[in-house]
Amino acid sequence: MISYIGLRLIRAVVTLLITITLVFIFIRFSGDPAAALAPPDAPQEVIDQYREALGLDKPLWSQYTAYLGQLLQGDFGYSVHTGLPSVQVFLARLPSTLFLGGTALAVALAAGLPLGAIAALNRGKPIDRLVMGFSVFAFALPNFLFGLVIILIGALVFQTYIGSNPDSFLDVVFPALTLGLASMGAFARFARSSLLETINAPFMVAAEARGIGRTRRLLRHAVPNASIPLVTLIGLSLGGLIAGSIVTEQVFGWPGVGQLLVRSVATRDIATVQFIVLAVAVTMILANLIVDLLYLVIDPRIRSK
Amino acid sequence: MTILSINNLSVGLPDGGDRDLAVEGVTFSVGKGETLCLVGESGSGKSVVAQAVMGMLPLQLPVKSGNIEFMGAPLPAQRDPAYLAMRSVRMAMIFQDAGASLDPLQRVGDQLEEIALVHGIDRATRKKMVADILDAVHLPDPKKLARAYPHQLSGGQAQRVVIAAALLLNPELLIADEPTTALDVTTQAEILELIEELRRDRGTAVLFITHDFGVVSDIADRVVVMRKGEVVESGEAAPLLRNPQHPYTRTLLAAATSRAAPRDAVDKSAVMTAQNICLTYKSGGPFNRREVEAVKDVSLTLHKGRTTAVVGESGSGKSSFARCLLRLEDVTSGTLTFEGRDITHLEGAEMQALRKRIQVVLQDPFGALNPRRTIGSAIAEGPIIHGATRADARAKAENLLEMVGLTPQAYDRHPHEFSGGQRQRICIARALALDPDVLIADESVSALDVSIQAQVLALFRDLQQRLGFTMLFITHDLRVAAAIADDLLVMQNGRAVEYGNAAEIFANPSQDYTKALLAAAPGQDLTAVSAA
Amino acid sequence: MKLQIPFVVKCAMGFVALFVAFAIFGQWLSPYEFRETSLLNRLKPPGTEGYILGTDARGRDVLVRLAVGAQITLIVAIVGTVIGAMLGSLLGIIAAAKRGWTENAIVAAIDVQASLPIIVVALFVLAMFDNSFTLFLLLIGLTGWEVYARLMRGAVLSAKEHGYVTAVRALGASPARIYLGHILPNVASIALVQFTINLPLTILLETALSFLGLGVQPPLTSLGQMMSEGRDRLLTAWWLTLFPGTIIFLLALSVSLIGDWLRDHLDPTLKSR
Repeated sequence: MISYIGLRLIRAVVTLLITITLVFIFIRFSGDPAAALAPPDAPQEVIDQYREALGLDKPLWSQYTAYLGQLLQGDFGYSVHTGLPSVQVFLARLPSTLFLGGTALAVALAAGLPLGAIAALNRGKPIDRLVMGFSVFAFALPNFLFGLVIILIGALVFQTYIGSNPDSFLDVVFPALTLGLASMGAFARFARSSLLETINAPFMVAAEARGIGRTRRLLRHAVPNASIPLVTLIGLSLGGLIAGSIVTEQVFGWPGVGQLLVRSVATRDIATVQFIVLAVAVTMILANLIVDLLYLVIDPRIRSK
Repeated sequence: MTILSINNLSVGLPDGGDRDLAVEGVTFSVGKGETLCLVGESGSGKSVVAQAVMGMLPLQLPVKSGNIEFMGAPLPAQRDPAYLAMRSVRMAMIFQDAGASLDPLQRVGDQLEEIALVHGIDRATRKKMVADILDAVHLPDPKKLARAYPHQLSGGQAQRVVIAAALLLNPELLIADEPTTALDVTTQAEILELIEELRRDRGTAVLFITHDFGVVSDIADRVVVMRKGEVVESGEAAPLLRNPQHPYTRTLLAAATSRAAPRDAVDKSAVMTAQNICLTYKSGGPFNRREVEAVKDVSLTLHKGRTTAVVGESGSGKSSFARCLLRLEDVTSGTLTFEGRDITHLEGAEMQALRKRIQVVLQDPFGALNPRRTIGSAIAEGPIIHGATRADARAKAENLLEMVGLTPQAYDRHPHEFSGGQRQRICIARALALDPDVLIADESVSALDVSIQAQVLALFRDLQQRLGFTMLFITHDLRVAAAIADDLLVMQNGRAVEYGNAAEIFANPSQDYTKALLAAAPGQDLTAVSAA
Repeated sequence: MKLQIPFVVKCAMGFVALFVAFAIFGQWLSPYEFRETSLLNRLKPPGTEGYILGTDARGRDVLVRLAVGAQITLIVAIVGTVIGAMLGSLLGIIAAAKRGWTENAIVAAIDVQASLPIIVVALFVLAMFDNSFTLFLLLIGLTGWEVYARLMRGAVLSAKEHGYVTAVRALGASPARIYLGHILPNVASIALVQFTINLPLTILLETALSFLGLGVQPPLTSLGQMMSEGRDRLLTAWWLTLFPGTIIFLLALSVSLIGDWLRDHLDPTLKSR
């Protein structure tokens, strides 16, 4: 168990280090990093200060350690766009993105898992085919198209521009639905196959032979066993949600990190882009780590390794 | 008193199968405190009968005719909810893979208690019942075991837990579907003894499903032999075993008792030797480095034209040892010689030339052939690698196909068109295509039904007679070893326990482990009868 | 074995065929050139004389632009998917074949890629380098390489344990013979199935990036780029977004349906039973 945790921790740290290194290499070779990271309109002295701090006149290795040192001190550079530290710009946007992503994930889970379970329990029947059809549909429907259609319907039917008012119910539900639809389909499909696999497992047959009723077999034995692989899927779906939020926020004009990222890329606000990339990487690595550790809690087989 | 009575039962198969009925006109009954063995190979329909009794036949297998009576009253229709109250209370079933028939996420004790719970027994009684039954199946430290998860149990412990679960509510009938087939021979003997003990103490009727006449002779009061869904022979155990009427019964019986005729070594020269072989597997990274000593100091000499069997239970290191001899693993220490030459660290072209002389036939006939290649090209591949022309290789392969009992026309067909026994014949042909001096068979008949096993063993012997190769036969099954071996090496935990002439060891084992192993082998009486 | 193709899959195949034909020959359906502007005929709705599918804000014919957009989307999707499949499969096979530090390095690379959604990587790179079609194509090519690598590594590792590989090794076969003759043919179907899963993802990534204005750049166009241009006129000129949007959706849907069906028929675990 200790070696399991140790191995996962090492893996997370190595992954993060490689990511930081790649970011460094890209920034270093894309142009003048000092100008990119210094506050906009900074006088030449300030840029020179940065140049010195980054050690651009020094060998590559000491530049790299200097960069790492800056990251450790929490200095991620200044946004060209606002003149503020990129961390501040990011943090200002974070709550609304978390709100949108959280709602989307909740919607996707609340609808996707039951749909998958229903399909599995009615394998081969019309309802199963309907759910599977929906999951392919949800996977293939581009979120920008879905978002635009929703806006169009909102304008024509409800006479309102969805996305204009973050406090109204519809303005939260529809962007969240847009963002969560693909994950919903994936959850449904995965829940179905996972449940189908456990329903036919030998211990389910044995439980039936022991006189345990169908409902109890499903709820006490099949569902817990089928949920184990779902933990991994939820961890993986985070990547899809992050990617999807970039587009969704853009479509609905949602004032979140995704919108910030797109704008920063368009305006070449490298400090901000750099910070967002690192933040995404840290989030994903942490999520995977949590998933791995969750296995310890829910699966006794891993706990005793 | 009759507990279970099956009358003229027929069960249908889905359309498109190789026959119309899974089970046809099966009739037998089991009395109180009696053990009835239902004997048959895969596809005989024996498990379908068990499922029908438990009311668990799937929709695709409908009961066509006949009825099943339990204590004089007809059983409910298949999958009827009324069955829920009967299972565990009146009748219980255990399966081959005990570990897999427990929920991996729940503690053993909780799973036992759940059975009592769903049958409406109060909490205090439940606790006591579970403690009592775990005690009754002789599990060490029952309290601690109740808190264990299934994966923490050994195969034998898991089977005891499953038996405990089956007998918790003291049912009148226990159905055991090949409960010892996956177990090592010593564990198997313990489990059989346990089932016998519980049957005696509780008067449970036992319907025991097996393919093994050794097991039958140890426990059966009465026997029903099934083949392709039909009963071919049935009756009291003793007379049936002494004087089987149906040729199929005789085949199955012979498989459990056959012995190799002792052969004198004609040519004493050693083809291959292994001296003090050690093999340590290393795995894992800096944090979880593991070393497993699979083979510890094992020596052996293969004499020309003779067969040496390596016998051991799972984890004894016998297959790892075979991989060392094949030079598929590099030994950690020790020396291998071939015709007097040190081959321990042979490389390159010399190694390539040596490969031709030592060949292998593996256990799993399904994984051993590339599913995308025709079987002809599989057999011809060896000669082609070693420089034969395509035409010569093809001629050789066709010749070999005939030699192993298939037709040359099989050349262009794919592996999935053949049965397990046929595939094993193809694998033998592939190995022999290089005219090897040494043939290593690693559990080559373990995955086959017993009657097929006997045929393939006969083929090995016949080919050895004609071609004169030396054979090393790895097996967990003492009876297979007895049927084929001139010499015998017994392995336990990676070490050689006993080594010498097979007939002598079987007659007079000198080591405690070998004695225990031989004593545990099912069907002692049977062997005694056939030897007489 | 006779193949029974379900009706839905037939429709999907039909649509893909139609799409490919449109991408190749569609430009000849219109008398105009895709960059040809006509200030007098701006924002004409579909059905207008001479402009079957209408015109955009600069008076360019939507039909011919859809054909060119379809062509670019198709090229990017196929080239991108092929790059990812080749790169990922190769790395996965090398990892399984070499083991040791090579494998550790490749697994670390897979971990890194798995911790960064490809769209974030693409945006990061596009923030620093000038967008060019080649760069864009390379970035799209990275989509899902890590999935191929992981799958192929697992498949090759398990194939190496198969009895037939052991037997062929014992025959004295060279590593080249074992890998090319025995392992590759048996794992190729896994990569092929992944290809059909990845293709719609690539289509969606290309169109999403172009939609954000960070993919295919004007004067060139793609289906996503057309949607990006039409977005601001969603309420007044719906045809500018809904035509390309519907085509993207139907294309991704068709390819997914065909992929699902192929997966059921190519799944080697089902076949060996």
